[in-house]
Amino acid sequence: MSQENLTVPTMAEMMAQGKQPEVLFWVGCSGSFDDRAKKITKAFVKILNQANVPFAVLGTEESCTGDPAKRAGNEFLFQMQAMMNIEVLNGYEVKKIVTACPHCFNTIKNEYPGLGGKYEVVHHTEFLKSLLDDGRLTIEGGQFKGKKITFHDPCYLGRANNVYEAPRDLIEKLDAELVEMKRSRRNGLCCGAGGAQMFKEPEKGDKDVNVERTEDALETNPEIIAAGCPFCNTMLTDGVKAKNREANVQVMDVAELIANAKDL
Amino acid sequence: MSYIDNILFVLILAAGFGYFARNIKKLIRNIKLGRDIDRTDNPKERWANMTRIALGQSKMVRRPVAGILHIIVYVGFVVINIELLEIIIDGIFGTHRLFSFMGGFYNVLIGFFEILALGVIVSVAIFYIRRNIIKLWRFAHGDLKGWPKSDGNIILYFETVLMLLFLTMNAADFHLQMAGAEHYIAAGSFPISQFIEPIFSGMSEGTVIIIERAAWWMHITGILIFMNYLYFSKHLHILLAFPNTFYANLKPKGQFDNLESVTNEVKLMMDPNADPFAAPAGDAAEAPAKFGASDVQDLNWVQLMNAYTCTECGRCTSSCPANLTGKKLSPRKIMMDTRDRVEEVGRNIDANNGTFVDDGKSLLNDYITQEELWACTSCNGCVEACPVNIDPLSIIMDMRRYLVMEQSAAPTELNNMMTNVENNGAPWQYSQMDRLNWKDEA
Repeated sequence: MSQENLTVPTMAEMMAQGKQPEVLFWVGCSGSFDDRAKKITKAFVKILNQANVPFAVLGTEESCTGDPAKRAGNEFLFQMQAMMNIEVLNGYEVKKIVTACPHCFNTIKNEYPGLGGKYEVVHHTEFLKSLLDDGRLTIEGGQFKGKKITFHDPCYLGRANNVYEAPRDLIEKLDAELVEMKRSRRNGLCCGAGGAQMFKEPEKGDKDVNVERTEDALETNPEIIAAGCPFCNTMLTDGVKAKNREANVQVMDVAELIANAKDL
Repeated sequence: MSYIDNILFVLILAAGFGYFARNIKKLIRNIKLGRDIDRTDNPKERWANMTRIALGQSKMVRRPVAGILHIIVYVGFVVINIELLEIIIDGIFGTHRLFSFMGGFYNVLIGFFEILALGVIVSVAIFYIRRNIIKLWRFAHGDLKGWPKSDGNIILYFETVLMLLFLTMNAADFHLQMAGAEHYIAAGSFPISQFIEPIFSGMSEGTVIIIERAAWWMHITGILIFMNYLYFSKHLHILLAFPNTFYANLKPKGQFDNLESVTNEVKLMMDPNADPFAAPAGDAAEAPAKFGASDVQDLNWVQLMNAYTCTECGRCTSSCPANLTGKKLSPRKIMMDTRDRVEEVGRNIDANNGTFVDDGKSLLNDYITQEELWACTSCNGCVEACPVNIDPLSIIMDMRRYLVMEQSAAPTELNNMMTNVENNGAPWQYSQMDRLNWKDEA
């Protein structure tokens, strides 16, 4: 995989050139800072570059959406973050936002409008699906042809916003064998990271949620566990390690699957 | 002719409905202890939801075994209660099987009731087995220890006895009809109770009349008692499922409400022209609203109605990632605790001539512990699983808000996370200026 030649314009640069991108890519904190999630960010950018999608990022003007603060109960901090972000987004007259993080997606889509931030917000799997439908992106099976892939529904994409099919449609385009876990779609079990759990030790119990969920996934005997959320990705990767299966089971984001299939 | 029967019947009826009305008034008062929330938007979608989810049982059948058995019991009770109308009119006016003038249709009706009654008995028996013999996980769960477990079984006993009385009454009636007893006109068809009828052969007509009358009286008083039991039981769901689905949240499940009081303060904070020393506009004397919820009065009325609607089926808890992995949190318990506390507050108001006198207790800590609240992943699994759209997550979130904004009592790691968000715009300690570094990293 080539690392170079990523074209990542910022909104500020775009504005200086008097241009307005088709879509703003909201990278999110995980996508910006977490080593594993940064790979997802890059994979998604490679696809955008290859499909010639005019996009931009906020770069250093982006800040946490406030999701973890809100779910932890700190409405003040959430609204401070939200209003600062909305000021930046509205300043650039942003109309459409895509993000690879279902938490950012849910927050900007559902909770920003009431505070003055009204945008069309899509998850990256929905965006990729629309590129595919419009003929701007082609997906070949490539290395994933015939491979067993199971998809883990992120709570904030699935139950929270009823997006179940876009990621599955993309996986099926890879000519992979999509296998469902016993708990999937609206019955999907959480990875354990939501509601700000990502940032704390779990409460006392007899098992970790991510291990329970990873067992669901491993029951399907997959070669790849596909995810659509950086937090889920971390939790499931840790789960696979806890079950000592990292040698033959990979956890990958849907964007990475597509980028890899295209040898980007 | 003696009117003692009729008078006695009217008295029992009046007592039954009177006490019921009194408790319903209390129920409404208790629900109204909650904060106001407007749930009257989109009436069309609300009616549709109620029709589909409460009337149509669409979420019940997601678990097909329980769902189908439940539909039999539900349809049985709703339909057989048409018969109640006849019983009440007969009781008041001393008539017998007044509706029999409908002829063939009446026969079909009674026959259908009987088949449903048998269906109810069989389903209830299976429910009993699932609860007490197979001990399904969600029924053997610790949440139901003590009274809730008995409550579940009492309901099943009641339903069985009522159905058996109905069938006995019909069987005795059928026997008397065939024997040509006076007053017992030939009416109805008895596809089930005809098999009970032979036990009366050899008994004197007088005895069978006593049995028939006894079954009739016990059936109607039993129904009145059962109706009055509802207020004290999880069985209230048979009434509240309807308003509960009507007033349920219509927004995406991931959307948590933005607290307006916070919005006003944040706007003021961010407004460069705001005068920090200005006197607050409007009702300056009004105390600032409490953030979040520590007791039932801080919750909204829909959340309190949710608590009364919960029938403790445990589908929420069996979908909860925290509970499934042995954590203390159980969404069902959140609802049961909320109801227990609102009942306690209601009793306090009753005992103090209509005003609540601080009892030194609260929903937080005395009923729901912080450990439970911090175990939630906000995954909405419980909300999705509830067959009547109860929202335990909203209560958990409101209580977290109280803990964090009123008491600064978040777990240390979450405080660290929030400090990071506040200082550098990310939940981890990375500088906002490094946000785009990934672009150039190999």
